[in-house]
Amino acid sequence: MTAQRPVADRADRAELEGLARRARLLVVESVAHAGAGHIGGPLSAMDILVALFFRVLRIRPDEPAWPERDRFILSKGHSAIGLYTVMALRGYFPEEELATFDAAGSRLQGHPDMTRLPGLDASTGSLGQGLSVGVGIALGARRRGLDAHTFVLLGDGELQEGQVWEALPVAARYGLGNLTAIVDRNGMQQYGWPLPTGEANRGNRRDPWSGVDLPAVFEAIGWRVLEINGHDFDQILGACEAARAAGPGSVPTAILAETVKGRGLSFTEGASEWHSRVATAEEALAARLELGDGTP
Amino acid sequence: MTRPLRDVWADTLVEIARVNPDVLVLDADLASSTRADRFADAHPEAFIEMGIAEQGMVGTAVGLATMGFVPWLSSFAIFFTHRAVDQVRMSVAQTHANVKIGAAYAGLQTGFTGMTHTDIQDLAIMRAMPGMTVLAPGDATECAAMVRWATATPGPVYLRLGRESGPDLFDETYRFQPGRVISLREGAEVLLVSTGQQTARCVEAAALLAADGIGAGVLHVPSVKPVDEAGIAEAARGVPLVVTVEEHSILGGLGGLVTEIISARAPRRVERIGIGDTWGESAPGAWLLDRHGLTPGRIAARVRGALAAD
Repeated sequence: MTAQRPVADRADRAELEGLARRARLLVVESVAHAGAGHIGGPLSAMDILVALFFRVLRIRPDEPAWPERDRFILSKGHSAIGLYTVMALRGYFPEEELATFDAAGSRLQGHPDMTRLPGLDASTGSLGQGLSVGVGIALGARRRGLDAHTFVLLGDGELQEGQVWEALPVAARYGLGNLTAIVDRNGMQQYGWPLPTGEANRGNRRDPWSGVDLPAVFEAIGWRVLEINGHDFDQILGACEAARAAGPGSVPTAILAETVKGRGLSFTEGASEWHSRVATAEEALAARLELGDGTP
Repeated sequence: MTRPLRDVWADTLVEIARVNPDVLVLDADLASSTRADRFADAHPEAFIEMGIAEQGMVGTAVGLATMGFVPWLSSFAIFFTHRAVDQVRMSVAQTHANVKIGAAYAGLQTGFTGMTHTDIQDLAIMRAMPGMTVLAPGDATECAAMVRWATATPGPVYLRLGRESGPDLFDETYRFQPGRVISLREGAEVLLVSTGQQTARCVEAAALLAADGIGAGVLHVPSVKPVDEAGIAEAARGVPLVVTVEEHSILGGLGGLVTEIISARAPRRVERIGIGDTWGESAPGAWLLDRHGLTPGRIAARVRGALAAD
């Protein structure tokens, strides 16, 4: 099933695209400044993150603990810098604070730490744990009678973690229609399986779920599946709206978002070495030239 | 004879949930062993079955805790401290989540399950986690008090529950205080330091030693973390020999804790009684306690030997 909802108008679309460009540049520059961090994952997830934080999530950046807010968990915690840049642009903290990424005493840790940074609904990093926390939040929201929806963003490589497969059937069993898992299917992971000679793939490694009908697997466990292009704002917003419409007593929704690792920069797209590379000064300049300064 | 601690744990939660609707019990398909089934019967709306999925259960509890609930978890100790240890580490301890771990079947006596289900490393593992409170009740009264305290106190708690019943140590005047150590007997020649239900066996050992004219004190450490370091050091200063006794590995648990404290604050000889560098096995509980020197008679013999060697 695919879901589509057109973004409001051209100006709306231009704003989202401009924000995503700006955030991608901030990712590259923040990682370069820190001398460490991830690029490929944050860039593949960026359009999803921008859509969530600027159009989907009911949140109050100036009141991050607002009890009725929607929840968001970045289960693929190594994409933290992608989340931080979007949170900064959304007003959770000043953009200048991105320069403290990974620095001693920073609220912007290498992986998201909810005890340091208000606005995070979970601490993540050791992969596979976020969806279980989301199950608990969704169960709790329903018990509290809250209309809050919980979105959990996972990587397709992360789906290899066993705990994910503990959470999936439980969410379905309890009918958590107020829970949505978004899978960033960039088709790559840090190292991955070598690509046999002659086998085609999006990158230079084999897909984490090569040969597996992932949508059918999710559906068989009891999830509703929406397959989208994770770089198309119409499709992202449409799927998220459809997921929310399920209501708290229905089935959980999995949005399987086809994405490109390192999306947005010619030299990072589909290149496994950019999983966690630091841009040189020349590459950072090239990023700025390709992405502009982010102003629409 | 006290009631088995798993019974006390479940019955206390049944009582608490009558007045506190935020208390939940999550179970990983062992409710009939951990006695969480009593809670499920009494409060079906507050009982959440998670299936045989301890890692997912721990994570789900963290989510529920962020929504203001007080989730108690039901499974065997081994599955928290070994199988789901990363979830306990990152999702619970590192976020200081208000999650309470009811760790049943801890120690040697696991009802003939063998080494696969025997947790004799849990104290060592859990006390190495910053922010984790680690409790090992000595009897039913203390267990109930700990369950009430843990439910009312924000933050993660690991509650070590033995499977078998044992003697009573405390009466209804007992009040739990985190960190406090409790002197159950004074003695000038040796101090037995213990935790959990092993303390009762140390009290019996001290009586055997007294019959031989050997003055043995008994110090109960129900709160392995936090712990009153000064209290342990002060008690040790009165004797030339300290003997730690635990139904746990001698590596890193109570013996490690006491040795760390005494080596810095009151240096003197420490003997550690417990399971050596080995695993558990299927056998009657009494046989296992004897095998590892944890019966009153074996403890007393070890103390006599240690004193004779001086």
